[in-house]
Amino acid sequence: MKNQNMTYMDSVHRDGRIWNLSVMVVLLAFPIVLCVLFGALPNWTGVIKGLIATAPMYWAVGVVETITYIPMLGAGGSYLSFVTGNISNLKLPCALNALENAEVKAQSEDGEIISTVAIAVSSIVTTLIIILGVILIVPLNPILSAPVIKPAFDQMLPALFGALGVVFVSKNIKLAAAPVALMLLAFVFVPALNAGTVGIMVPVGVVFTLIYARILYKKNWI
Amino acid sequence: MEFHVNHPILFVLVGIVVAVVLAQSVYFLVKAIRRAKEKGMDMTKIKKTIRSAAIFTVAPAVSIVIAVISLSQSLGIALPWLRLSVVGSLSYEAIAAANAASGMGKTLGEFAGNMDASSYITITIVMTLSIMVGIWLVPVLGKKIQGGLVSFEKKDAKWSGLLQNALFIGMISAFVGYVFCDLSRLWTSENGIFTNSKGESFTSTSGLVPVLVMVVSALIMAVCGLLMKKLKWKWLSDYALPISMVLGMVAALPLTSWLGGAIV
Repeated sequence: MKNQNMTYMDSVHRDGRIWNLSVMVVLLAFPIVLCVLFGALPNWTGVIKGLIATAPMYWAVGVVETITYIPMLGAGGSYLSFVTGNISNLKLPCALNALENAEVKAQSEDGEIISTVAIAVSSIVTTLIIILGVILIVPLNPILSAPVIKPAFDQMLPALFGALGVVFVSKNIKLAAAPVALMLLAFVFVPALNAGTVGIMVPVGVVFTLIYARILYKKNWI
Repeated sequence: MEFHVNHPILFVLVGIVVAVVLAQSVYFLVKAIRRAKEKGMDMTKIKKTIRSAAIFTVAPAVSIVIAVISLSQSLGIALPWLRLSVVGSLSYEAIAAANAASGMGKTLGEFAGNMDASSYITITIVMTLSIMVGIWLVPVLGKKIQGGLVSFEKKDAKWSGLLQNALFIGMISAFVGYVFCDLSRLWTSENGIFTNSKGESFTSTSGLVPVLVMVVSALIMAVCGLLMKKLKWKWLSDYALPISMVLGMVAALPLTSWLGGAIV
């Protein structure tokens, strides 16, 4: 039954909650069904030791990532992206590019629609390509694992952020100058910062830029 | 039932989970398009968004297939297929699986070819629980955060616009910085060879490869922007990002053979 008083945004949140919680149940059911089908139990020591080694960091990063990315992805985009994953290397750049091309504001309802469409299409195409890859894994393996093409896929992120960066930085030179300079110096001179820690640096970059933007705004410099 | 990492039943179960996730994407796509029609939005914008999102996704999706292949050596194909279709990414999944294996006193490589059901389930549980935060936290926080942003927009539209740009720039600046992370190999190498803490060796100039790849793709994107502006090639806007990204990736091939990379 459709509630006539419900706005589009309200219905996105209601449906998103139902979908995400359902996916969560399905995901948790997967190992339980395996236990029943194969008549086996997990190695509980392995589970506990594995979780102690992995979960605290992943959960902390997960919480910070969720708070950082929700404002950028929009409502529908957030529910979808946190289920299908690959946010910073795929879903968010895809949504940013779509918003830029459609010339709509991210916080408007049009922006919400455009980012949801972009992220949904991207998720569908990704899922289908992975299915195709799984079906064709035997013939594809030697091609995709060939050392000749490996450097191209190793450099996907620099290629993506070069193209995306030039658009956003050139349009916001004043706002981008300090954060880009800070991150550049940090990544060049702090050895601990590398491919494995870039995810942690995203919230740092975001918080720094927000404070910097606020100062520029208050002083009427922007 | 005798267990095997590539047992057909695993593919059926993963297929069901992936179908649910696919259904969610289709549901939200249809919902957004319906709303766009209802409010009389320009449908050519929606069509352009669909086309450009689909084209842009191909190269990153192929890199995810490569990740499935690399994880499949020890875990079979079904589990990496599940993990990289729902939430996961290669770096997270590889570490979670390795930690679960070491919790059982083994390395992941030692399981290759002789994984039993119990170990497989153990690894599945650790991988699943570790990456689950976003799925339940978005339903908890999503409405509050979005609501806060909308009220910002009403109170002070200029600051709200600036805030949105600041979020995007903050994210992009972290990745631009990351591109330069191996540049210091230029001055920290000995005899032209850099060795990291894991004992892996690289050429001293290898850190320039990502920087130059970024420059190439940024230049191509800038040229696309000029063509759109000066020659009014509006159609190019759908393809500018994927073209620049793929050509940047292609440029990595000669750049890597010139400047070098990992030394094996």
